[in-house]
Amino acid sequence: MTQPVLEVKQLRKSYGSEVVLEDISFSVPVHTATVFIGSSGSGKSTLLRCINLLDQIDDGSIELDGEDITAVDADVDKVRRKLGIVFQSFNLFPHMKVIDNITLAPMKVQGISKEVARESAYKLLDRFGLHDKAEDYPDRLSGGQQQRVAIIRSIAVAPRLLLLDEITSALDPVLVNEVLSTVRDLKIEGMTMVLATHEMGFAKQVADEVCFLHHGKILEWGTPEQILESPKQPETKEFLQRVHEAGRL
Amino acid sequence: MGRPSESDSGKTPYDFGGTWIPSPLEINRRAARKSRNRRNALIAISSSVVVIGGLILIAVTSPGWKSLSDTFFAWAYGVEVLPKIILGFGTNVALTLIASSCVATLGLSIALIRTSRSPALAPFRILATLYVDVFRGIPMLLVILLVGFGIPALRIQGLTNNVLILGTLAVVITYTAYVAEVIRSGILTIHPSQRAAARSLGLSHFQSLRYVVLPQAFRRVTPPLLNDLVALIKDTGLVSILGVTDAVRAAQIASSRSFNYTPYVMAAIVFLLVTIPLTRFTDRTLRRSIERQNATGVA
Ligand SMILES: Nc1ncnc2c1ncn2[C@@H]1O[C@H](COP(=O)(O)OP(=O)(O)OP(=O)(O)O)[C@@H](O)[C@H]1O
Ligand SMILES: [Mg+2]
Repeated sequence: MTQPVLEVKQLRKSYGSEVVLEDISFSVPVHTATVFIGSSGSGKSTLLRCINLLDQIDDGSIELDGEDITAVDADVDKVRRKLGIVFQSFNLFPHMKVIDNITLAPMKVQGISKEVARESAYKLLDRFGLHDKAEDYPDRLSGGQQQRVAIIRSIAVAPRLLLLDEITSALDPVLVNEVLSTVRDLKIEGMTMVLATHEMGFAKQVADEVCFLHHGKILEWGTPEQILESPKQPETKEFLQRVHEAGRL
Repeated sequence: MGRPSESDSGKTPYDFGGTWIPSPLEINRRAARKSRNRRNALIAISSSVVVIGGLILIAVTSPGWKSLSDTFFAWAYGVEVLPKIILGFGTNVALTLIASSCVATLGLSIALIRTSRSPALAPFRILATLYVDVFRGIPMLLVILLVGFGIPALRIQGLTNNVLILGTLAVVITYTAYVAEVIRSGILTIHPSQRAAARSLGLSHFQSLRYVVLPQAFRRVTPPLLNDLVALIKDTGLVSILGVTDAVRAAQIASSRSFNYTPYVMAAIVFLLVTIPLTRFTDRTLRRSIERQNATGVA
């Protein structure tokens, strides 16, 4: 068996006395997507933040390509260079044009020349239909366009693993689709991903594995069909029922 | 596609670059808006003339006007001493230029130290906080006196007795404290998610600061920094107390010789010629930065 890109073992995370994540273990093989579902506050964002080392974990370990990134002497900057993360609220840099948002990290972190960085940025923009927005400032773009730029920005550094945290929950239903199709394209190209989402239909399309997170624990996991169509745990059933009533299945 | 109105009336009242002609409803609305604007302008002008004209009339017809204008507005004498005052003002300008570049560098450094979280910088953070608290709380005149008379009194070999240098030093010490606070508050207003986004792209702490946090912070603090610059120009006049021959001192010398206060008025006018345009400019920058922030309301 080949080594998984990401391997999380018995991860535990608490804020003060509140345990947010407990006994979380899973692994993500290369070219696959693992999707986390679960109600609000179940710990999805916290998990992704821990993987990206934006939060410190309390116990357990996280391995990236077999290397323990939670070790005390791990090089945080180097780890982050291998990870891409896209947040719910885009977080584009408002003082930079779209093209500069995208080329900043390749130029400053990877030391790629400006010409080469711009050329590959334009290629990415082209592919996702945003070529004519390159010289605009982010506030001139729609929410869906901003989120797609944020995705492009995070894949411009060719990350080993892409973390996507509810990237569509700040968008109208119409804009959701353009963003989701961008993610589908990335999946087809072989990007390894971990996602948190409320879009069950989308989870079904891109996920190789779905994990149901409940009060900080992985209660049930399996293929999208297993989890989304014939869940075993009563909590999973109830959660899916509620999502269904909200009209998102 | 032709525009019907062009050939019909020769000139379109409004050019919208298309074939759309405003409806009668819109044309009426515009006409009403125009006449209302005209009426408002008329009211503003006439009320200004009445109020300002009235005030001037009261001043000029008052019994003390003659002696007042002789003492403060003896224009012929004013013009005579003007070259000396302008020469002195050159010192204020030079002092402003040198002091403001020192203040900018030091203020930024102190702001960065105070916003850093590195444990190695802890003692510097404490010192920086102390420094800012102390010098924001002392009248600048006192700082000038302490530095200007205190340092020479130490009689330490190699330390300068040059009042111009000591005066500049005092101004820099005081304004660095103000400016450091302004820049620090600008850094703190940048949402932590911006830094998180930069860090997650692999940028180092320093790079995140340099490319993401500081450029945004500076945009926000440009108007208050310009305000401080205007204040700095004025406050350079305070170093005259050390005997620096700036515009204020030049006016003082001229005035004490003739027992006439017109030189002071002339010095005031010279300062205003620089500070008023700068104040207007600051105002415009502020308005623009507010507009920009409103435009970037989301995300
Ligand atoms: N910085 C923090 N300090 C204290 N508690 C926190 C912090 N961040 C998150 N939490 C708590 O951790 C729990 C999990 O939050 P998290 O944001 O991971 O949930 P989520 O599954 O992403 O929810 P949502 O679907 O609403 O985004 C919540 O109860 C939240 O209150
Ligand atoms: Mg979340």
